Amino acid sequence: MRRSMKLAAVVLSGSLGIASLAACGAKSTDTSTASGSGSGSLKVGMAYDIGGRGDQSFNDSAARGLDNAKAQLGVTVSEAEAKTGEAEADKETRLSSLVTAGFNPIIAVGFVYQPAVEKVAKANPNVKFAIIDSSSTTQPSNVTSLTFSEQEGSYLAGVAAANKTKTKHVGFIGGVQSELIKKFEAGYKAGVKSVDPSIAVETTYLTTPPDFTGFNDPGKGKEAAQGQLDKGADVIFSAAGSSGSGAIEAVAMAGKWAIGVDSDQANQPALAKYKDHILTSMVKNVDTAVFTYIKAAKDGNPLTGIKNFDLKANGVSLATTGGFIDDIKAKLDAATQQITSGATKVPTAP
Amino acid sequence: MTSPNPAKRTLAQRFDTERIALGLAAPLLAVLLSVVICSILLLTSGRDPFKAFNVMFTYGTASDGQVLILNRATTYYLAAVAAAFGFRMNLFNIGVEGQYRIAALFAAYVGAQLNLPSFIQIPLLLITAMLAGGIWASIAGVLKVYRGVSEVISTIMLNAISLAVVGLLLVPGIFAPKVSSTSNSVQTDPISASSHFFSINTAGGVLWGFIVVAVIVGVGFQLTLSRTRFGFDLRATGRSESAAAASGVNVKKMVLTSMAVSGALAGLIGMPDLLQNSYNYGTSFQQGLGFTGIAIALLGRNSPIGIVFSALLFAFMDVTAVQLPLQGDFPQEIVQVMQGTIVICVVVAYELVRRYGLKRQQQKVGAELAAQAAAAAKKEVTA
Repeated sequence: MRRSMKLAAVVLSGSLGIASLAACGAKSTDTSTASGSGSGSLKVGMAYDIGGRGDQSFNDSAARGLDNAKAQLGVTVSEAEAKTGEAEADKETRLSSLVTAGFNPIIAVGFVYQPAVEKVAKANPNVKFAIIDSSSTTQPSNVTSLTFSEQEGSYLAGVAAANKTKTKHVGFIGGVQSELIKKFEAGYKAGVKSVDPSIAVETTYLTTPPDFTGFNDPGKGKEAAQGQLDKGADVIFSAAGSSGSGAIEAVAMAGKWAIGVDSDQANQPALAKYKDHILTSMVKNVDTAVFTYIKAAKDGNPLTGIKNFDLKANGVSLATTGGFIDDIKAKLDAATQQITSGATKVPTAP
Repeated sequence: MTSPNPAKRTLAQRFDTERIALGLAAPLLAVLLSVVICSILLLTSGRDPFKAFNVMFTYGTASDGQVLILNRATTYYLAAVAAAFGFRMNLFNIGVEGQYRIAALFAAYVGAQLNLPSFIQIPLLLITAMLAGGIWASIAGVLKVYRGVSEVISTIMLNAISLAVVGLLLVPGIFAPKVSSTSNSVQTDPISASSHFFSINTAGGVLWGFIVVAVIVGVGFQLTLSRTRFGFDLRATGRSESAAAASGVNVKKMVLTSMAVSGALAGLIGMPDLLQNSYNYGTSFQQGLGFTGIAIALLGRNSPIGIVFSALLFAFMDVTAVQLPLQGDFPQEIVQVMQGTIVICVVVAYELVRRYGLKRQQQKVGAELAAQAAAAAKKEVTA
């Protein structure tokens, strides 16, 4: 037998050997005690997107909702976060491990979890799942989507920017040119134009999908903001996750106005030194949504289907920290009134 | 086989135990060192390292963990072979990342458009992916041969360009459906059911049938290297380009071919996931496999067998890492630290072991020569 043939035989039989080994070993779940419902307090599992707790933005907001539920409703929690460049299977494992450990409901933070949630939810029809920021026509009935009307909050941010600009020139920085961030852009532009159609709006996206680094690259955010400042913009709204902190830094250095996103960024320790230049933040109340969802589940009346949190339901709002937008409160209230009454329809695509 | 070959060495001679021990020493040393470093890191953050490794080991030996590891290793193996193919002739194809991305996009698109019988459809998709990957890689090959552009630079730049190309094509109305079924993500239509690759249902879950393709690729790689003129030329060019050119190897042709083959193999990387799991290419398709592949190829010393072990090791670490934060408060990033230190340590360890081996060899030869001289001197005295 030639050496190469032997080698091939060894590799083949070896791989089959490992495969058969996998087929007959014990499953990891065999030993764990899968405690189901009825064991006292509610067990809530939470799977974060990349960044997890401490991203100063989207994930942190979800974490606040979970902390509130823990404090006020006495639920038991378990958390895990995604890591960069992980496989789809890792997300599925994360969710099914939470299922096995007896967590129900399970909340997935971010649209990247959509395929994994669908798959695991189909395999576990008795477990309730929630997914933030995403919905699909094919998701099973035990999946609840928690979505937000980002365009409505961004519209208000646009109104605020238009009222504060001195150069009649404002800017928008999007993290990744995804469907989600386009909603921010559309709302912001509509808000600006509603005040004064002659105001110029600069638009910069840091990256295009599938490159999602635009959400966590403060360097890129800073560069983009500098570019817009050089062109003459004096109020810049950045919807770019943690890249936004770079943009805020650049804007603060230039002494202009920045608008934050997702959380009230003027209140964040990491950005505290720039808080005098953060006009407001378009807050996405993920915490409210998470808390509402957990509370409903605890009360035995779970939310189902697609639950959209709009301006009316306090799903999105403008932060007032610093009091910089107090002088235009009347104008903002009027715009809010227009939207909640349905008189103004905010576009979702630019 | 039937002709007597007096020069043929015996089995024991060919499998020189010392050489094997030295070969294994370097990767084992690297793994051990990285375990020690990670243990220290865990200890300083106030966590019990043994418990963390226990969590990983327990999950890795359970059947569901094993199936996941094998599935992951399938992808990793293909990624590493794609990189190793170029490395064997000193051609540093850093662009595996971009090549598999482009390949997966085109294969997903073709798979969604066509619905042919499986025995035509699946090979067609594999060929599409390999062609796309190969053509994308050939850009760097052509630039190197005709313009002298270093392939390291051009492939890295092509990675960035591939992102832009995907961003340009993966939009509603071009490669993605006009009306998306999901609200915030973009992906191609699902590939037709006939494109689904076979899988094996085990007690631990679904084992991807693509492991067979990975084995075939591995065996093919080994046979090409050891049994073909092309493989010989490849290795010769890798050792010394000028010597190879002097002995009649067309180095330009070799560069073009191996770059294309490396890219074609890279095209297969996304296929297990596309044909067995996600069934579409979209914004949540796994990224970074190209770079993981380079690390695995380094650890496996670019050998088809070595890569099997390093791919299994990396798959084990990545799969079991997910359990770390869920079973005890361990940061899963520790696994990335471990992988990073393994790669650094292994480069150092290989060099140390090589020097040690060289020294031993010199000593051995020296001792033999001394013995011979002594014997000769003795003969003279007795004569």
